[in-house]
Amino acid sequence: MVFFLSSTFVNKGLSQANVPELDIDVTEGVVEPIPIAFPNFITRDFSSSLIASEISKIVKNDLLKTSLFRFITENTYISDVTSIDSPVRFADWRAINSDLLLVGNVSIINETITIKFRLWDVVGQNEIFKGVQFQGPSNSVRRIAHKISDLIYSGVTGEGNYFDTRIAFISERGPKNNRTKRLAIMDQDGANLNFLTNSDSIVLAPRFSPDARKILYTSYETGKPRVYLLNLVTGNLRSFPQLPGMTFAPRFSPDGKKIILSITDNGNTDIYTLNLENNSKKRLTKNVAIDTAPSFSPDGKFIVFESDRGGNQQIYVMPSNGGSAKRISFGNGRYGTPVWSPRGDMIAFTKMHKGNFHIGVMRKDGSQERLLTKAFIDEGPTWAPNGRIIMFFRETAGVNGAPSLYTIEVTGRNLRKIELSSFASDPSWSPLLN
Amino acid sequence: MKYQKIVMFIFILFTITNCSETNGLFGKSGADGDPFANISQSSLDYFSNEIGDTILFKVNQSVIEPEYRDVLNSQASWIKEKSISSITIEGHADEQGTREYNLALGARRATAVRNYLVSQGIPESNLSVVTYGKERPLRICSEESCWSKNRRAITIIEGSNS
Repeated sequence: MVFFLSSTFVNKGLSQANVPELDIDVTEGVVEPIPIAFPNFITRDFSSSLIASEISKIVKNDLLKTSLFRFITENTYISDVTSIDSPVRFADWRAINSDLLLVGNVSIINETITIKFRLWDVVGQNEIFKGVQFQGPSNSVRRIAHKISDLIYSGVTGEGNYFDTRIAFISERGPKNNRTKRLAIMDQDGANLNFLTNSDSIVLAPRFSPDARKILYTSYETGKPRVYLLNLVTGNLRSFPQLPGMTFAPRFSPDGKKIILSITDNGNTDIYTLNLENNSKKRLTKNVAIDTAPSFSPDGKFIVFESDRGGNQQIYVMPSNGGSAKRISFGNGRYGTPVWSPRGDMIAFTKMHKGNFHIGVMRKDGSQERLLTKAFIDEGPTWAPNGRIIMFFRETAGVNGAPSLYTIEVTGRNLRKIELSSFASDPSWSPLLN
Repeated sequence: MKYQKIVMFIFILFTITNCSETNGLFGKSGADGDPFANISQSSLDYFSNEIGDTILFKVNQSVIEPEYRDVLNSQASWIKEKSISSITIEGHADEQGTREYNLALGARRATAVRNYLVSQGIPESNLSVVTYGKERPLRICSEESCWSKNRRAITIIEGSNS
């Protein structure tokens, strides 16, 4: 059984050139958080002030979670902000050691929210972006807030956006030997949780389409693991009866026209692509080894996957039409679940070594391997669309062992658990929403 | 530990021979049209508990260990004797592996058992395989004592024709 949801959102952004004076380098190690002053948004009436404080709360929460910002307590502010167009008294904001100043106004007319805001570099005394405006229906408060967070984050760091995104994952309940699993979707910050399947069948490993409107996943609905394609907008569920055996580990190609997946037939697991438009199937690996967990490079030219063809589980790269594969993982231990970064430069993976699991990254040629985490089970990395943050699931050991979702920066900094009311595994980070 | 198992299986084989000849454990029961028409619950229990419906595997392996050949031989004899025509082999893995790999590994294990039963004269068309990877652990501690029981293939009797 499948549920669906849809959302409408009007975006009238007037973003202008970003000139980051204050440049935070998130590629390096420890960063001292930037002090930011964030006076209450200016409002004219009570309903606008409620919306304004909700937006502020979401933006602050987004930015605090990056560990790159800290908010200066409001009772230290010297200046009042009564209009976003009046000149900024920089000295007043420097006096309280603020590096950034965010000012804005919010109005709600006929159920339409309009927010205008400006971000000032108090040190350089100039604007990081000018006169940005977002407009949307009253139920789009959270998305508006995340878009503001994205503008601030990208304006200050020079990195890509990632707050206005969703996570598809598997929500789990019950004891370890009788878990129920449901396909679920939520905003990147854990809000707006929705279930897409009931708990009748085991479901595994959802994966977003490049337009974030569809999800591939694996379900035991028929008694065997089979891949399904769920359209989140129409609710349409597509199965692939033309594929033999058991099917799992699906992902979309970067153009969204094909899926790549594993087919297990007669005990042997190989990698295939299926063209979603003409249903043509292509076999990419053909040997007695386990070949699974394929992931396309963002340019669509290569596929990274795992195979035990060399004796144990390792990571390989092959051309996207198949052909000879090159092993890229050479450290101690076993490697699985490779995922190509949206930037194309790195591959995230799960590594198993000496009874521990790690999330790690390596360059696409296998060099510069770095392990970011270590735990009993850390598994299943997924990239934020900006290629700076990785989400994964961590499963605790023992009879009460259970999985939760975590994020970590590709630098290895800022490990954070996503607090949810159920166990959670197999996250898939959506592309940026439009 | 291994020796204990071997001794146990020899004992089981002995009891099979005895039971099938002397008592009513395999007597026909059940309503017409029921896929289990001629397999009684006690008979199924016998298959699961006395013959043994489960065999275990080493870490990352899908080779049938010699100590389990007798179990599978007995399974095959019982399946033929009872004219069972629908059998599913479930393959499972322990939690010490990634999800996708464990699905593939479970499929390898289930298929190894299927192939063995085929070699013992069970028609391939009567056997289907399914992998559960690490989704359905039998034991839930995070130690080898549980993991070793979770690396398993189970022969499940679905129904019979005659």
